[in-house]
Amino acid sequence: MSQRGHDPHAIDGKFPAPSHHYDVVVIGGGPSGTEAALKAAQVGTKVLLVDENPVSGALIGTDVPFFFGGRATTAVQNRERMVETVFMNMPWLEPAFEAGVEVQLATTAWGVYRNGPLVGSLPGQVVGLADAERSWLVGFDKLVIATGARDLPLAFPGWNQPGVMGAKALAMLLERYDAFAGRRIVVVGSHDLGLETALLAKAKGLEVLAILELRNTVQGNTDLAAQVAAAGIQVRCGVTPVEAKGGLDGVEALVLSDGETLACDSVVMGVGLVPMIELNDAADGPRRFDANRGGWVPEESEAIAFAGSCAGLVNTGFDHASYRQDWMDALGGACGGDTIICQCEEMTLADLTGLQPPRYLERPPALQKRSLKTLLQDGPPNQDQVKRLTRTGMGQCQGRRCRDQVAMILAAEAGKNLAEVPLATHRAPVRPLPLKVIADWEESEAMRAGWDVWMGIPTQWVPYADIGTPYEEENRRRLGGAMAL
Amino acid sequence: MSAQKVVVVGAGASGLSAAWWLARSGVSVTVLDKGIVGWEASGRNGGGCSHYQSPLFKEEQRLWPQMDELLGYPTEFSPERIVMAVTPRQLDQYHYIAEMNNRLGHRVDLLDASQVREAVPLAGDNCLGGIHYRFGGHANPHRSVQAYAWALQDLGGQIVQHSPVTGFQVASGTVTAVESTSGTYECDAVVIAAGPQTGQLAAQVGIDLPLANARAEMIVTEPAPMMKLGGVDGNGLYGRQTLRGNLAYGGGPHEWVEFGDLGPETKPSTPLTRNLARRLAELFPGAAHLNVIRSWAGVIEMTPDGRPVIDRRENVTVCTMSGVGFGLSPASGHAVSDLVLEGRCSFTDIEKLGLSRFDGIEADWRISKGWLPL
Repeated sequence: MSQRGHDPHAIDGKFPAPSHHYDVVVIGGGPSGTEAALKAAQVGTKVLLVDENPVSGALIGTDVPFFFGGRATTAVQNRERMVETVFMNMPWLEPAFEAGVEVQLATTAWGVYRNGPLVGSLPGQVVGLADAERSWLVGFDKLVIATGARDLPLAFPGWNQPGVMGAKALAMLLERYDAFAGRRIVVVGSHDLGLETALLAKAKGLEVLAILELRNTVQGNTDLAAQVAAAGIQVRCGVTPVEAKGGLDGVEALVLSDGETLACDSVVMGVGLVPMIELNDAADGPRRFDANRGGWVPEESEAIAFAGSCAGLVNTGFDHASYRQDWMDALGGACGGDTIICQCEEMTLADLTGLQPPRYLERPPALQKRSLKTLLQDGPPNQDQVKRLTRTGMGQCQGRRCRDQVAMILAAEAGKNLAEVPLATHRAPVRPLPLKVIADWEESEAMRAGWDVWMGIPTQWVPYADIGTPYEEENRRRLGGAMAL
Repeated sequence: MSAQKVVVVGAGASGLSAAWWLARSGVSVTVLDKGIVGWEASGRNGGGCSHYQSPLFKEEQRLWPQMDELLGYPTEFSPERIVMAVTPRQLDQYHYIAEMNNRLGHRVDLLDASQVREAVPLAGDNCLGGIHYRFGGHANPHRSVQAYAWALQDLGGQIVQHSPVTGFQVASGTVTAVESTSGTYECDAVVIAAGPQTGQLAAQVGIDLPLANARAEMIVTEPAPMMKLGGVDGNGLYGRQTLRGNLAYGGGPHEWVEFGDLGPETKPSTPLTRNLARRLAELFPGAAHLNVIRSWAGVIEMTPDGRPVIDRRENVTVCTMSGVGFGLSPASGHAVSDLVLEGRCSFTDIEKLGLSRFDGIEADWRISKGWLPL
C-alpha cells in the first residue's frame, strides 16, 4: 500500500487552535443566560458570557436582530454611550461579575463550528465572536445559547415604512436602550405578548391607543387582561389593520378594518415571537417544530444547551402557529399583489406567488407562465429554492423580516402544515458582519502559504491543446496548479 | 439505432444541459435526481463561464451569449472578466495567463493599476494591475440550472425529483432500464452526470471512474454599488458581483470528504469564512465595510488529474466535470448529446477527456495523493 501523500492545498492543519478556551460560553446576557453563567461559575468553571447589545445603529437600521422598524432615536449611533446605557439597564449582571464570570457586552456570536459530517479540520469546537472592530474564535467545552426570541413581522399595506415594528424591538428600545422615538402606538395582537407590550409602553409613558385582536376575545391570560383593563387600554376585538399611512418620517395613521383611522406614529406587531435558533441551526444542531413554543425550537446536544425563550416560548397551551396563520390570513386579505413582502429585495406578494425574479431581470413569456403553483407540481415546497429564484429572504436583514411569512405562504400554497415545510437554512455569519471585521487578519502562515484559488491540482488548468507539449511543463512551472496565490 | 428514449441521472447543470440538448433533437428524456434540481455544486458555485483550458471552450463561448434566448429563461449571463493582482507574484501569474491565452488566440489585454481601478471602482491603492479577458463572463448558477430544467420541461422532457437511482437493468452489455425509488424507467441509452455520485453509479454498470470528493466554501456580502463589469477575480479568489450587487466569492483550501451513496446530508462551512473575508477585503478595499451576510459550502468531485471525463461505454455516457461543470454546461450538454446520439462529439476533439487515461490506476491512488478525509 502507498504511503499517505500530502495535498499542500487541502485544509489539513491550516486552522490554528483558538487563543482562548472556556469551560462554558454563554451566548446572551439576558436573565436566563446570566443565570446559566452564574450557575456554571459557582461550581468553579471558567465562564465567558457575551451579549450583543447594544448592536450598532447600522444593524438597528436593517432590523437586526429585532424588527426595530426605524423607531430608534439617534442615541443608538453613539456606541460608547449606548454601552453604558445598556449596562446600566442590565442590573442582573452584577452577581455574575462577582462570581467571576467574564462578561463581554457589544459582542456578537456569529457562528458555531464543530467537527462532524464533512468537517474534520477544526482544532476542536469553537464559537465565532465579534465586536465593532474585529472577530475572533473561542474554544468551549459547553455552550449555552440564550439568545432569546425575535419578532415575527407580517406584511400588510404600508408595513414597509418606519414606525411599523416588533414588540420585542419596542421592549429592547424602551428597557435596554432608552432610545424609542415614538409616542403614540397601536399594538397588534392580544395574546400575552401584545398585552405585556401595551402594559410596558403605558408604564413608560407612551400613549397606547388600542390593542387590536382579530379573534372575538382577548387571547392573553386573564391576569394580564385585567391589568390592561385597569390601565384603561382598550382592546378592540374583531378589528385588524388595513393600511398604515404615513409620510417622510413614516407612520402617521393606521386604517382599521372597522373603517376607523387611528392617528399614531408606531404600529407594534405583537402577534408572536420566534426563538432565535440560528446559531444552533447553522451548526446543524437538531430542532423540532412545536406550535405551542413558537415554531422551530432547538434540541439539546452533548455540548450545546439552551436557556430562556431561545429554547422555546413558555408553553401555556396556546397554539402560536394557528394564531399567526389567522393573523397572516387577516392581514393578507388587505394586501394587494403589489404589497412588498421582502423589504431588502423589494419583492412583492405577486412576485413571490408568481415565482418571478427581481425587477432588474426581464421576465420573458415562458417565465411569466411559471409560478409557485407550477413549481409545487414538480416537487414538495422548499423555501431555499424559492429564495434563490425570487430572492425573497436573501437581503441584508438575512431574512429576518420575511422568512417566517414566506414559509407560511409556501405552506399555504402547498396545502401543508408549516411543520412540513423544511425550515429555510441559516448560515454563518448569523449576524451581518463587515468584511474587515469578520476577516482573519492574523491567519496562520500555513493558510497563507497553502492558499489556492481552486483545488491546486497541477494538471487542471493546462490548456487542452498544450497537453503533452512543452507548454504543459511551462504551465506547471509558472502556475504549479496554483492560480493566484 | 439512434436512441429514442434516454434516462439522464442527475439534475445538475451537466445532466440538465445534456437532457435539454437531447430533447432539442427530439429524444424522449427523463431526468432522475436524488433531490432537487441544481441543488448541489451546480447551483452554488462561482458562476464563471471562462474555461480557456477546456476543449469545450469555443462552444462555451459561442453559447453563453445566446442561452437566455435558447432556454427562454434568464441566466444572468454577463460577458468578460478582469483578474486583478494585489501582490507581485499574482501579477506575474496573471501576465503569464494572459500571454498563454493570447498565444492560443483568446484575447486577453494587460491592464495597469489605474486601468483596473477605473473598471473596478472597489479596487484600492494596493492594486498592482491586472488582465482583462475579452471573452467569458459569469452567470447565476441557480437561476441557470432552473432555466435548463424549465426549458427541458417546455420541450416535453420529464424531471423526477427526490428519486434516487437504485440500480440498472442490463441485457447483453447494454442498459435497458434504470431503477429508482419512483419506479423503473426503460431506455435506449443512459447518461450519468450525478456529480459526486457519478463514480459509484458508473461502477454499477462496470465503468471504473476514479473520483474523490472535496468540500469548498464561498461567502457573499450585501450589495455593493454596481461595477461596470461584475466578473472580477484575483488575490486567490474566484467569484462575481451579482446583478443585484452582492459580492459572491470563494477560494482557498478544500477539505477531502466522504459520505454515503445518497450524497452528503449537510454541507457545513467553517471559519474559512474569515480567511475568505480577508482576501476579499484585500481585493476590494472599497468594499471592506460591507457586511458578509452568508457563507455556504458545496461538494465537488475531482478526477486524479483535475480534468473532466466525458466518455461513452456501450450505451452509457458519463459526464463528470471536476469543478468546471457549471460554466461549461452549455457545451458539455452538446458533447454528451452527440456521444449519446452519434457516438462522437461533432464539434471538437474530446479524446483526452476519455476514461482510458485512468486505465491501470492504482487502487489506492487517493492515499498516495493525500486526497483523504481527516
